[in-house]
Amino acid sequence: MVRFFNALGTPVLAFFQYLGELVLLAGDTFRSIFTRKLRWKLFLNQVVEIGLLSQLVVVITGAFTGAVFAAQTFFQFNKIGMGSATGAVVSVSICRELGPVLTALMVAGRVGAAMSAEIGTMKVTEQIDALRALAVYPTDYLVVPRALAMMISMPLLVAECIAVGIAAGYFIAIFLLEINGTYYMANMVRWTRSRDIIMGLSKAFCFGILIVFISCQKGLSAREGAVGVGRATTEAVVNSSLAVLICNFFLTMLLNIIYPAGYQ
Amino acid sequence: MIEAPPFPELPTKSHPAAGNSSPMIAVRSLAKKIGQQEILRGVDLEIATGETLAIIGRSGGGKSVLLKHLVGLMTPDAGEIWIQGQNIIGMNERQLGEIRKKLGILFQSGALFDSMTVEDNIAFPLREAGERDAKVLHAKVAEMLEVMEMEGQENKMPESLSGGMKKRVGLARSIIRRPSCVLYDEPTSGLDPVVADSINRLIRRLQQRLGVTSVVVTHDMKSAFDVANHIAYLHEGRIYFHGTPIQLQQARDPILQDFLLGRSDGRGD
Repeated sequence: MVRFFNALGTPVLAFFQYLGELVLLAGDTFRSIFTRKLRWKLFLNQVVEIGLLSQLVVVITGAFTGAVFAAQTFFQFNKIGMGSATGAVVSVSICRELGPVLTALMVAGRVGAAMSAEIGTMKVTEQIDALRALAVYPTDYLVVPRALAMMISMPLLVAECIAVGIAAGYFIAIFLLEINGTYYMANMVRWTRSRDIIMGLSKAFCFGILIVFISCQKGLSAREGAVGVGRATTEAVVNSSLAVLICNFFLTMLLNIIYPAGYQ
Repeated sequence: MIEAPPFPELPTKSHPAAGNSSPMIAVRSLAKKIGQQEILRGVDLEIATGETLAIIGRSGGGKSVLLKHLVGLMTPDAGEIWIQGQNIIGMNERQLGEIRKKLGILFQSGALFDSMTVEDNIAFPLREAGERDAKVLHAKVAEMLEVMEMEGQENKMPESLSGGMKKRVGLARSIIRRPSCVLYDEPTSGLDPVVADSINRLIRRLQQRLGVTSVVVTHDMKSAFDVANHIAYLHEGRIYFHGTPIQLQQARDPILQDFLLGRSDGRGD
């Protein structure tokens, strides 16, 4: 029995320890953001790395998600004579759920993995020790620029994904599925509110924070050479993706109270 | 003939910060366990200002662990470390940052930032200290590269440097802010004898030029005898011997003899 509880307790303790490390890193980072001088060059480099270089991935994700979602919605709605409502469904869904979640998953895979691998490699090759020995606090130098760049880039990337997704849905609906463009637009504009966009961008900000802290923490705790860096990178992507999906549910429930869905 | 003491010269009992003759570094009863292995079992050591101490010992004996404790890169399980009269144990990273500005460390691998050129690596501590003038930075880097006998290598990336060059760039980076103490972690390991000699020559030249306190961790006896005023032998987690190179050479202790002569049959055990 004792062995059973020991076996049960060890991973639970490890999980809470991991959560604690994440919270401490986040606290340390926010303290640095408000009390230390920002390294602008590093910050701008990260904006380019996270924001600019993720454009293609986000545009493709948004475009094909919008296109396929418009097609599937039309196939179902057309049977009951509601084909022109496709625009409203596509628009609201992309704003509130698909845009932020799919962008976050793509960013976790592209940027989170790179962050974790880069910081992890620095850790196992003593470069982080070198930073500390040179009186540079690793959180200030490595985490703060990434966190700030992520907080700014993620909402912009999600906005881009939403815009491209809606546009792709529109083109598919009008030119391929031959829905009446006027009705499509009218329904879309009628049912999509500014609160849907605010909800999507709020989620983007939260997902950005999750990805950056999970990835940086995994990198900073990497051990055992190349294998350790590989493990840290994999765990960063998996944990970030899971955190995004799980937190998305709770954010949806919470934000729906603040920004209720539907035409009101 | 001078007999070396069979056991370490223990530091004085007085407060390390007391008096004008306070050592640059004082270590008291330092203990560290990693996993199940006791690496340090109560290290006592004093390093006087301006001296060059070589810490020797067998591979895996805890020399590098001891060195990392001196800059606060590792936290001991017990004991104290005093740097210029300040106990660094219990300090947070930001407080340690102020102490670390007085120290320079050369890592075994060089630990160069692999995304930066040689120039950016060497200029890094100055940039972090707020120096922004590109001309000043370039001039100081060029001066350091001249000291390191690496003129004209500013634009190379670390991956294109040899092991010896990496160590020299790492050394240049660690001393460009003129620290009062430089710690070297295995400065000659993995280098051919000629390059190793050039590194030893550099360490001696830095002592003469800058007058810094130096701590050299090595298992290369030639290097230790070349550069050190004092030698400490770390054995089974404690300082087993602390004396001058001559005292070490003349020591009859079988454990020291085994190490000096490179005997592996354990006649000294």
